[in-house]
Formats: sequence, C-alpha cells, structure tokens
Amino acid sequence: MAEMVKIATRESFGNAIAEFADQYPDVVVLDADLAAATKTGIFKKAHPDRFIDCGIAECNMVGVAAGLAACGKIPFAASFAMFSAGRAFEQVRNSVGYPHLNVKIVGSHAGISVGEDGATHQCCEDIGLMRTIPGMVILNPADHYEMRAAVKAAIEYNGPVYLRLGRLAVESVNNNDDYTFEIGKGITLRDGSDITVIATGLLVGEAVKAADALKNEGISVRVIDMHTIKPIDREIILKAAKETGKIVTAEEHNVIGGLGDAVASVLSEECPTPLVKIGVNDEFGYSGPAVDLLKQFGLCASHIEEVVKKTLGK
Amino acid sequence: MNSSEKKSLQITACKIRMDAVTGVFHAKSGHPGGSLSAADLLAYLYFKEMKVNPENPSDPDRDRFVLSKGHCCPGLYGALAERGFFSPEEMKTLRHIGSMLQGHPNMNDTPGVDMSTGSLGQGISAACGMAMAAKMDGKAYRVYSILGDGEIEEGQVWEAAMFAAHNKLDNLCLVVDSNGLQIDGPVEEVAGPAPIDEKFHAFGFDVQVIDGHDFDAIDAAFAHARTVKGKPSVIIAKTVKGKDVSFMENQVGWHGTAPNAEQYETAMNDLNKVLAGLEAE
Repeated sequence: MAEMVKIATRESFGNAIAEFADQYPDVVVLDADLAAATKTGIFKKAHPDRFIDCGIAECNMVGVAAGLAACGKIPFAASFAMFSAGRAFEQVRNSVGYPHLNVKIVGSHAGISVGEDGATHQCCEDIGLMRTIPGMVILNPADHYEMRAAVKAAIEYNGPVYLRLGRLAVESVNNNDDYTFEIGKGITLRDGSDITVIATGLLVGEAVKAADALKNEGISVRVIDMHTIKPIDREIILKAAKETGKIVTAEEHNVIGGLGDAVASVLSEECPTPLVKIGVNDEFGYSGPAVDLLKQFGLCASHIEEVVKKTLGK
Repeated sequence: MNSSEKKSLQITACKIRMDAVTGVFHAKSGHPGGSLSAADLLAYLYFKEMKVNPENPSDPDRDRFVLSKGHCCPGLYGALAERGFFSPEEMKTLRHIGSMLQGHPNMNDTPGVDMSTGSLGQGISAACGMAMAAKMDGKAYRVYSILGDGEIEEGQVWEAAMFAAHNKLDNLCLVVDSNGLQIDGPVEEVAGPAPIDEKFHAFGFDVQVIDGHDFDAIDAAFAHARTVKGKPSVIIAKTVKGKDVSFMENQVGWHGTAPNAEQYETAMNDLNKVLAGLEAE
C-alpha cells in the first residue's frame, strides 16, 4: 500500500503539474491572480517561463488558452471553479468546446468547502455547466493519488477537459498499489450487495467511511468512486443497479445538474432503479468553517449512513 | 507598393466583395455590411501581408489570422476562396446544412480558418494566445486580428488589450474595422467607444488611424506595424459599411440582411462596374 496522506486535491494538482512538466514540454499553465490558492504557484516557481498570469480577467484567460492550444500547447487554465467554469462559461463553450481545443479548464475551490468566503465563491453549479458542453470531459478526483493520475490523463488526452479541485484536505482512499486511472471508468472501492453509493470528489472518502461503519451493522454497501462525471461510466452504474437494486449518489454540488442527474439519466434510460441524491439541495451556501458547512449540508459520512438506512427501510 | 500591385489588390478586394454578397444571397441570411467594409483589409492581409500557404493550411510557421468579428466571415471566406484555400463556388453553400462554410467561422470545417469565432470579444484573446505561443517557442510568425468598432464594447476586448501590452506582444497586429455602425444604430449613439485611438494608446498599443479603403495607407500601416518593438499594434481603419454596393453603403439595415434577387442583381452590377473601372485603367 502506498502511504495514506491527507492533503487537498488542489495541492496534489499543483505538485503533479509541476512534476510532469519536464515529461510534457508542451504543457503551459495560466492563472488569474490566484496562483497561491489554486496551487499553480508551485508550477510557476518550477517553470516560470511556462507560466502565464493573466491577472483578474478569467474570460481573456480562457481565450488565451484557446489560442495557445491552437498553436500546439497544452494549456491548463486555472481559477476558482466559480470563475473558470462560471464566469468564463461562454468562453469555455465557444472558444474551447466548439473548436474542441486541447485546453484543460481547472476549477479550484469547488463546492461549499471553500468555507468562510461564502456563497459568492462556493460553486455548486460547475459540473452542470460543463456537462452541457458537447465533448467536454469532466474529472473530479477524490484524493491525492487520483488527482495525480487525473492530471497525467488530462495531459495525455487530446481535447477539452474540466478538472475540479477542492480546497479542503482529504484523506486518501486510492493508495492501493494496483490503483489504475482511466478516463470514463469508475472505481469500485468497496464491494457490497444491499445498496450502492456512487460518490465523487470529496464525498468519496465520506462514502467509504459510511460503508465501513454500516458493515459493522450488517449492511453491505458498495462504494463507487466516480472520478469522471463525463463521459459517465454507464457499465459500472448498470451493474450496480442490477446487483444491488438501490443507488445513492453523493457529491459536493447542486443536486441539479451534477453526478446524481448523470446517474439518474443512465438508470432511467436503461434500468429504472430507486435513486436518492445527496448533494446541495438547490440552495446557496453561506460562510463558515468548511467541515461544519459540510455537516450542515449533509455532505458527510454520518448523513450518508442515515440516507442508506432510510433507503433500505432500516 | 507600385501601381500594378495596388490595382491587383483592388481587383481582389472587389472579387472578395462579390463572393461575400453572393454567399449571403444564396444563404438568404448573413452579414454583408461588415464584410464589405473589411474587404480591402482582408485582400491586403491574404495577398500581401501574411505568410500563408493554401497547399498547407496548417503549416505551423504560417502567420495566423483571427476574425474576431466572426459574423463578417462572408468576407473572410471570399478572401480564402480567392487565395485558393477552396473554390469560390463554395460561397453558394454558405450557411447551408453540410457546408464547410458555417454562419460563423469554424476552424475545424474550413481550410484556412485559424480560429473559431463569432461570439464577440473572444477572437482577440485567442489571437493573444497565438502570439504568446510564438514568443514562447521563439517562432517568427505574426498574428493578425480584425475587430469591429461595435465589438470593442465587449469588456473582454480590453482584458485582452491589457494582456497584449503587458506581455509585449509586438508580433500581434490588431485592426479595428471602424465602419461606424452596429445593429442598433451608429456606434456613437449606441454605446460610444470613442475615442478608440486614445483608448488603445492608453492600453499600451502603437496606434495608427488610416483610411481602410486606401491601399497606400494600408500598406504603410502594416509596414510600420512590423517595425514596432516591445508593444502590440492596432490599426484603426476608417471604413464604409457596405462599401461599393450603392444601396448598402452606410446603411444600418444592411448589417445582417440578405439581398433579394433584385437587390443582388443591383449589388453585382455595382461591383462589376467597379471591377470594369479597375480593369480599364
């Protein structure tokens, strides 16, 4: 087993992109005055000649990234999710998505775990926005090891990718030695037969904790780490639906437009199955310490346990 | 520029105008006004200024062009067709289902189109990215972009302008096709970006204001832009919207309207007269 580490995925991203730079000389990194927060500052320090600070102008940053990609670069354009996916949505759609350029849009500080900054910076809409752009790949890694693998996969994939990063430190769950990452292939972290929890990002670790606790109560919970929201792994969803009969999704995102809806779409089309979505219930967040907010919004292991029991009628 | 070269460019510009009007007529929609105002600039760029190769449209060392005011692609398509990137006959398929000529430029469909554009204010940023890539790679290619004087009301244009000057993109040459009209009326009445020259100057550009239909002035301006070091260039080209089609000139209504059959005939007659005049000289 690799070492268990507790580190924010933004930190893992910053380290990974800086480390992979030598191997991939076309990689360039852009930021919009948030390099210290998004952790692109790590890349900037290591490769200053391949780092472009665009200032507080995210729409231009995305367009510049498109121009760089049109000339053969592999740009990673980073800001808070609220701005890279939200404010610059139309630039991502028209200047990156439509021409299918090889730009990686990085959305850091996604979800309510931004914490104290409050609702204006707590982006729970980015997955929904990015999902509706044709051809956009969406990666939302759960931990340090998955983020490293996702960064490498994003570099090697030729086309637009949205990479979601979290602010809060998360314990690793993918530190097993045979871990493999493939875009569009979910990972079964715990096998189970009574119900399946499909989680993404920060909620994957919480789902694992919930499953382990429920096991002690005799409830067998399958946990799927859905690091790729688009293209969604239909096969793993349908298999879980057929084998466990009930599905719970968990994400740090609005229940409208995110992982839950992506899973619901697959189920309703191919294998109608009872589904409960855990997420932000179509409301804005507010200021507070990240861990407390996550508890208040039910984005934690104990709430997943409750929902699983209720769904099983226990 | 000698007189025969100048006449050749004028003839090419006239053919580009004919291509643009023909495309819009067959599409029954599209944007003739700004295509006609920019035709001389496009003729100069594709037949004199830029290093491009229709045989190898994706040559990594070619000069790049971004039509930031993407709706004026009938003009761009005319220039590309005349330059040999595809047959001028293609113009008749403009905006038709399955055509390589989309209603706004698509870099993946059309040989010679370097960037997909159409949503105003975005092309200039991509042009900055291309110029930046050339700088990072130590390449000599230059990047050109035409914007509309209405388009510069978009805030992103000024984000990009700041970026270009901050990064000393002297391989970037912008052109503002200043025809004075936008959809809702005269630019100065709708939102008033004037003084355009002073704004770009304040943003750190080398600024030239020229008559955008005078090839001697166009030639001098692009030649000067090549000599500018350490900052980006902008050429503010004063033009006539609907240029050389009698009933379209300076008419707001011809921004995004297609001529009917009778109007098309009149337009082509007007342009044929211009062509005959040039060829008779």
